[in-house]
Amino acid sequence: MSDTAPVNTRRESKPGKARTSFNEGTARLAAVLLSPTLIVLALVVLYPIVSALRESLYTSGTKLDANGFVVKGSTFVGLDNYAAIFKGDTGHRFWTAFYNTTFFTVTCVVLETVLGVAMALIMHKAFKGRSIVRASILVPWAIPTVVSALLWKWIFQADGIANNILGTQILWSTDGWQAKLSVIVADTWKTAPFIGLLVLAGLQTIPAEVYEAAKVDGASVLQTFRRITLPLVRPALLVAVLFRILDTLRIFDLPFVLVGPHKGSVETLSMLGYDEAFNTRYGPAAAYATVLFLYVAAVAYVFVKLLGADVIGEARAKKPGGGSRRQRKRAAALAAAPQAGLTSVGGGV
Amino acid sequence: MATEMKVKTVPPPEVVRAAEASPLRRWAPLVGVAVIVLYCLAPFYWMAVSAFRRPSDQFSNKIIPAPFSFQNFKDVFSASNGFGRGLLNSLIVAGTVTILTLVIGMVAAYTLARLDFRFKNAVLAIIITTSMFPGISLVIPLLKLFINIKWINTYQAMIVPSLSFALPLAVWNLTAFFRQMPRELEQAAMVDGCTPAQAFRKVIIPLAAPGVFTTAIITFIAAWNEFLIALSMTNKKSIQTANVIISQFTGTTGRDQPFGSQMAAGVVVTIPLVIAVLIFQRRIVAGLTAGGVK
Repeated sequence: MSDTAPVNTRRESKPGKARTSFNEGTARLAAVLLSPTLIVLALVVLYPIVSALRESLYTSGTKLDANGFVVKGSTFVGLDNYAAIFKGDTGHRFWTAFYNTTFFTVTCVVLETVLGVAMALIMHKAFKGRSIVRASILVPWAIPTVVSALLWKWIFQADGIANNILGTQILWSTDGWQAKLSVIVADTWKTAPFIGLLVLAGLQTIPAEVYEAAKVDGASVLQTFRRITLPLVRPALLVAVLFRILDTLRIFDLPFVLVGPHKGSVETLSMLGYDEAFNTRYGPAAAYATVLFLYVAAVAYVFVKLLGADVIGEARAKKPGGGSRRQRKRAAALAAAPQAGLTSVGGGV
Repeated sequence: MATEMKVKTVPPPEVVRAAEASPLRRWAPLVGVAVIVLYCLAPFYWMAVSAFRRPSDQFSNKIIPAPFSFQNFKDVFSASNGFGRGLLNSLIVAGTVTILTLVIGMVAAYTLARLDFRFKNAVLAIIITTSMFPGISLVIPLLKLFINIKWINTYQAMIVPSLSFALPLAVWNLTAFFRQMPRELEQAAMVDGCTPAQAFRKVIIPLAAPGVFTTAIITFIAAWNEFLIALSMTNKKSIQTANVIISQFTGTTGRDQPFGSQMAAGVVVTIPLVIAVLIFQRRIVAGLTAGGVK
């Protein structure tokens, strides 16, 4: 008799059949199990975003009264903080930071992608020394960005090794184009190998038969690369690139430590927001943060739209049912994400 | 060796002969590999070399430190820097973030991998989206909040915001791991009389240990390397993490940036990670790419 009891309870909870179809019980269970994660994310992500939006409409603690004391309390100023961003000196500073952020993102991501793909192709061809390569490629990834920034600052020192090797006398990490270049070099060094790693994983999923068939058909090396390799690693590569783009858009550590704050040539939007917050001008800081957030969201949206078109078919077949078409499309775009979902770790930039 | 073996095998078709004939084809990948290794390790090597120089020949550009010296390391750990404390703080913050993330994320990942429910894709999209938000957008409002509730210079002020990037990371990684485990495992456990919760605890968790472990390493490295949050939420040396302390070294020699001790500190902070990476490289690569358990 006692044997039957667990069988009954088992049937009441939701094994086998219930899992494959959507039903109330499963949904409730899923909701319960997901709630800790979603609550935490709501607290540490959603709340700050909304709060920044609200904060950006206020000004607080910025004014000093006649005696030089900070006036407490916040006043509603509407869109003044945003208007101020684009005007006069702050406007100049903002657009410089905006330009720097975009410039770093475009240059670094292009360089890293080209180098990363090249590395992946080499690693794919090499059978000897593969484990050495894999270990060494993880070293730049594992080094904290702060440490790599200091390392490159040391390399780019006035009488450092870079000038020594190049036979130049450039003051690298100070200001101007050379400061930009030093940031780009340091960022590329740290993350190109990582893209290489992700692309290599993509390459390894391409069956050898495909290449053999191409060979039989007399395809040249270049043709094989363009017509077979590239299209087949494209999904993994695109997601890796998206994550690198989003990561570089929020670049902070590297220019902050390598060159320093208040340097027009390398100041990024993140640094600008940090600087305002550091000086307790939370209203403008929140406005910068919101602008950067919208910028990142817009870039991500455009990219996912581009990307979604490609990955959609595959993911739709994999996930029958499951929400509206739009959701499916979004999820489709993100379906390849676990492969590269961790690119963000690589940067930490 | 390689040539001999190839000669022994069946009369080679054109392809193999071509490959054998050109030494370029055989050596090019090896040269490429050497270039990659050099590219990745040379700057790191330079950091180590600079750390082991005497402070007096800091600006020497010799490839090997002529008189080997540990002086820089002694300087780093001198009491005025508070670097030892910084390492401990880093360990506390990164360790707590890792543990919290795994505990919370494992349940969510298992749900996402195993249950089918209506808004699953939406939930997945939300979780991955949260990891894309720029850190500064989260830090600024949280900074103001933490000032109000007197959390500045506390561990929780660094731990809680760190969950914003660590949790999505862990959930994605673990979901990939759980997906690869055959469903039959839990079904068998349940046939044997386990409840789903028991099946998860007694069968899945032990079997997923390698995946969980990999996720733990990756999360730990991410949290250990975090800078912006730790920088913003603290202003007292005794609570700052190693990363923040290194970036603010003033050194003993006045205004000059003390590169020697910074390099030494960099080596100290990085070596544990590099060792972990060397030992677990297979797993880390698997975790970073497909999240595959071999």
